[in-house]
Amino acid sequence: MESYTGQALKPNEGKSSVRLFLFPGAHRAAPANQEENAMRQIAFYGKGGIGKSTTSQNTLAALSEMGKKILIVGCDPKADSTRLILHAKAQNTVLSLAAEAGTVEDLEIEDVMKTGFNEIRCVESGGPEPGVGCAGRGVITSINFLEENGAYDGVDYVSYDVLGDVVCGGFAMPIRENKAQEIYIVTSGEMMAMYAANNIAKGILKYANSGGVRLGGLVCNERQTDREYELIEALAKRLNTQLIHFVPRNNIVQHAELRRMTVLEFAPDSPQANEYRELAKKVDANAGKGSIPTPITMDELEELLMEFGVMKTIDEDLVGKKAEEIAVA
Amino acid sequence: MSQNIEEAKKIIAEVLSVYPEKTRKKREKHLNVFEEGKSDCGVKSNIKTVPGVMTIRGCAYAGSKGVVWGPIKDMIHISHGPVGCGQYSWAARRNYYIGTTGVDSFVTMQFTSDFQEKDIVFGGDKKLEKIMDEIQELFPLNKGITVQSECPIGLIGDDIEAVSKKKSKEYGGKTIVPVRCEGFRGVSQSLGHHIANDTIRDWVFDKAAGKEIETTPYDVAIIGDYNIGGDAWSSRILLEEMGLRVVAQWSGDGTLEELVNTPKVKLNVLHCYRSMNYISRHMEEKYGIPWVEYNFFGPTKIAESLRKIAGFFDDTIKENTEKVIAKYEALTKATIEKFRPRLEGKTVMLFVGGLRPRHVIGAYEDLGMNVVGTGYEFGHNDDYQRTTHYVKDGTIIYDDVTGYEFEKFVEALKPDLVASGIKEKYVFQKMGYPFRQMHSWDYSGPYHGYDGFAIFARDMDMAINNPVWQMAKAPF
Repeated sequence: MESYTGQALKPNEGKSSVRLFLFPGAHRAAPANQEENAMRQIAFYGKGGIGKSTTSQNTLAALSEMGKKILIVGCDPKADSTRLILHAKAQNTVLSLAAEAGTVEDLEIEDVMKTGFNEIRCVESGGPEPGVGCAGRGVITSINFLEENGAYDGVDYVSYDVLGDVVCGGFAMPIRENKAQEIYIVTSGEMMAMYAANNIAKGILKYANSGGVRLGGLVCNERQTDREYELIEALAKRLNTQLIHFVPRNNIVQHAELRRMTVLEFAPDSPQANEYRELAKKVDANAGKGSIPTPITMDELEELLMEFGVMKTIDEDLVGKKAEEIAVA
Repeated sequence: MSQNIEEAKKIIAEVLSVYPEKTRKKREKHLNVFEEGKSDCGVKSNIKTVPGVMTIRGCAYAGSKGVVWGPIKDMIHISHGPVGCGQYSWAARRNYYIGTTGVDSFVTMQFTSDFQEKDIVFGGDKKLEKIMDEIQELFPLNKGITVQSECPIGLIGDDIEAVSKKKSKEYGGKTIVPVRCEGFRGVSQSLGHHIANDTIRDWVFDKAAGKEIETTPYDVAIIGDYNIGGDAWSSRILLEEMGLRVVAQWSGDGTLEELVNTPKVKLNVLHCYRSMNYISRHMEEKYGIPWVEYNFFGPTKIAESLRKIAGFFDDTIKENTEKVIAKYEALTKATIEKFRPRLEGKTVMLFVGGLRPRHVIGAYEDLGMNVVGTGYEFGHNDDYQRTTHYVKDGTIIYDDVTGYEFEKFVEALKPDLVASGIKEKYVFQKMGYPFRQMHSWDYSGPYHGYDGFAIFARDMDMAINNPVWQMAKAPF
């Protein structure tokens, strides 16, 4: 990214659009901060299967309706982070093409960047089949390639969609210095989803001190568990963040997904589309408001669940006993 | 003598005083003064090097590719991973061999899979298969292949064992040995020796079907001689003159077939204990083959060792042995008469690997010289126990010495010769000290055996009595 020296507007040397500062009123005035405010970089993390890709694509589709220019970087070897925007699974991933061509240096950005719904640009990092090679290194390679080749020029938002958990340094790439400024964790009222959210918070904390990454908030993707809203709100508080939006469960999401579409495109007038628009607005207004998370211990997490009656206060005698054994007792 | 010990201990304390406390605590366990009568040298060893110091150690890949496997001449050793490790281990360690390079012998050639980013991301197994196919096609006379793993192989989880098995089957049972000698394993090259020894056990002894060979009661294998500058050859002739039949050389100028045939010998004679005691112990346990350590540096130790080896055989061999010793007496006498007056009383400080920190002491003493300090790059406690038979009271012992410590010890003891490796050579020469490389014999050699001793004596004289040291004075 080129650096700015105080102009609010600059003609773009790249191919497409004009680069704008997003919130001239909201951001801090010091010139040093203008660069980071020029382009928002965000990332979605969360437990596998929680709905990260669905939530992120719908939210980004809503942001595109607001006139934002968006680039989605899929950081999952399965390469399905942009399916709803492109109406198809991306075939040409950065790494598969690099493997064919010899090295990543042999690629052109046009080879890997596709444009989908509302001019949203999509890139999939791709990676090896399960069980071989090093997918984490693949993410690093791809992101470096995209940065060096100007994939980020002229966009308002770069969004990284990362697989399940921060399993190694490669998958932490998007939260390192000068990458995503805010992380949104998609979670639900299920214990393992909350557990994963807490773990991701630990990963963010590690890099928050060395780099500038912050936790933007929790997105609750409703699973209709007991007292879900209050529970996630309480978890957010414990993690020193906010429940940025509670996305209610609605089957229309599945209907859209079966057609490889976002709800925003499939049923723009539906209440569910409005939920995503709401979330998009909140994300847009959340610039610079992220926090350094305060992850909690496993015990504290269990206490929280008990407090909300999700988990009954467990008699230590019952730990490790099967249901039938408890029934007899 | 006790005054010596006191003085040496003072030197060590002074050297240590410069370190921060944490480093000092760690390093003080590795430095000591040998006291007569003790069962070891009083130093800890085989422990991770302190980060930040200059160490002389290598890595597990160096131990396997560079030491144990590399000299096997009729096999092709693939440096599997990014190109650097292969590039810097190219041409081996002057492990001499007879053969036509590129046709039936490959020691000084370098084969590497030259990993690129895509091999890391997508795994390198397919590339490895392709390399093996190319090797088969381009070098049809190769007898086998080894895969020498560099660091990334262990990180990305490549299944080199599966590739090796598959390709071995495809090529009709060819010996293909996957070696898990990733450089980050262990604290030095020592673990690489062990890993390489284990792969010979698992992938050569257990898998390769050896041809029936005619055996004699006098069959021996030379174990742990890498034929640097021809060392194994000048050793082999002595054993043959004793009437023994040398069936295998491990691994200098060695072949796969020699490895395969070794379990049929009567005795394993072991020179480098550190790098090949593992396989010697295995052959003792599994095939009941005894092994004996020997030392072919300098006439005193050579005679001692020849008689020790002869002790395992009948009187014919014992009588022959005395004849061999007698035969070389004239050469030995002439060598000592010529060089001892020029070297008498000169002092030496050593720092090398393997067996040399103790084994070469006898050769220096045959020339009237005294070793005042010695230490091992990657020795274990059993090496330091064996060292007690060689060193004198008051010798400074430094394990895994750091660049700084070595310099300071040399400054304090002012030896007439420093004998270590290439990284040390120019530092000490610039300080005004005569120096000999004791890994590569400074491109000379052989130093083993009676013939080797004559060369050794000439080389030490050449270094120490070179008139250049009188003409130049180091400004520091």
